Amino acid sequence: MNTDSQKAPTSPSSLRLVLTLAIAGLVSGIAIIGIYESTLPTITANKARELRAAVFKVLPGVAQMQPLVYRDSKLVVVEAADKDEPVIYGGYDDQGEFVGYAMPAAGPGFQDTIAILYGYKPEQRMVVGMEVLESRETPGLGDKIYKDLEFVAGFSALSIEPEIVAVKKGTKSQPNEIDAITGATISAKAIVRIINETHAAWSGQLPAPGSEPPLELSESADTGAGQ
Amino acid sequence: MKKNESYEEFIKGIWRDNPVFVQVLGMCPMLAVTNSAINAIAMGMATFFVLVGSSFLVSSFRNVIPKQVRISCFIIIIATFVTIADYTLLALVPKVHKELGAFIPLIVANCLILGRQEAFASRYPTRLAVMDALGMAGGFLLALFSLGAVREILGDGALFGVKLFGENFEPWVIMILPPGGFLTLGVILLFFNWFKFKKDEFLEDVAAAERGSD
Repeated sequence: MNTDSQKAPTSPSSLRLVLTLAIAGLVSGIAIIGIYESTLPTITANKARELRAAVFKVLPGVAQMQPLVYRDSKLVVVEAADKDEPVIYGGYDDQGEFVGYAMPAAGPGFQDTIAILYGYKPEQRMVVGMEVLESRETPGLGDKIYKDLEFVAGFSALSIEPEIVAVKKGTKSQPNEIDAITGATISAKAIVRIINETHAAWSGQLPAPGSEPPLELSESADTGAGQ
Repeated sequence: MKKNESYEEFIKGIWRDNPVFVQVLGMCPMLAVTNSAINAIAMGMATFFVLVGSSFLVSSFRNVIPKQVRISCFIIIIATFVTIADYTLLALVPKVHKELGAFIPLIVANCLILGRQEAFASRYPTRLAVMDALGMAGGFLLALFSLGAVREILGDGALFGVKLFGENFEPWVIMILPPGGFLTLGVILLFFNWFKFKKDEFLEDVAAAERGSD
């Protein structure tokens, strides 16, 4: 650092160094808070809209939804669930009649956690739709779990009794079997396992078909509560 | 003369000193997020914003920031711009943000950005620093886009998600997997070096011809 010592023979005081960094940190903090506050409403709205779209997609015929949680050994409607409390969504048609549940589920895939939402009709004990919310599966191979429309369509009428089984592509013969994807067997089986596990975990907690909680929240309220 | 100088700083980043093809900087985002053209452009734009913003600030405050804490100050400035880019992308294009994932926060660690602050912005006036940043960021964007486009066309048979070939095209899946990034980058670097070699040869020939005519 020859040039430095020629330019400034005395090094700046520690106070000046500390002060420079403190001011830089302060200004940076203010800028970050500003951008966080100004983008938060859009980000929350985006997430709520995405969730609504996914619920409506996995439960055909649904026009309204409300979040449900399992508390005190029954399913109750909540405005906003506690953090870490598992939430499912009740889907209702435009007359307010119960149609089915949209169940968020997650589990390990080939690379990372796969998060999905699936539609479940308790009366028929059937999965009626599946949507991948988050996955980092291999592009071109594992990502077929949401890009291969044939595979996704396989979940539109799939019996969950006794449990879903992934079979080799083209060999589906039972209502509880689904064709796996060539080249993405692990990812496809992961989806099936995630649904089976979530179903097993919730099956004791869902009320008998016909006694589901009625629609309580108005349309505007459930948009806000959807997280 | 002044105008030429700015132009010179701008154009060197696009071509002669292209951060990727010539300096081989910023390889991590370069290889990781160029599996589709749209991801490449989003990453390029985010880096563009961060680099130009930080170069402007660093150059403006270059006489205020003590030399001893300059790197810390650069990082604070860069990190702030990265956070702004992160939240803005999350709010405006959540789908792209999801694809890019961890690579947006990692722009902080892109050696191209810190390198330009240390080597250029902290030593030159604001106008030149901004021109330099525009050129370097433009060159980076261009490089990301060329890789992303090549990999998406070959690996997915599409560009910007629009299918280019008929049903019979079998995508080269490997091109959108990590090895495809290395292969594409290798071929492009090969071209750049071949081009440079040919250009030097040509210039030598011209010089020789001129000497001969004298």
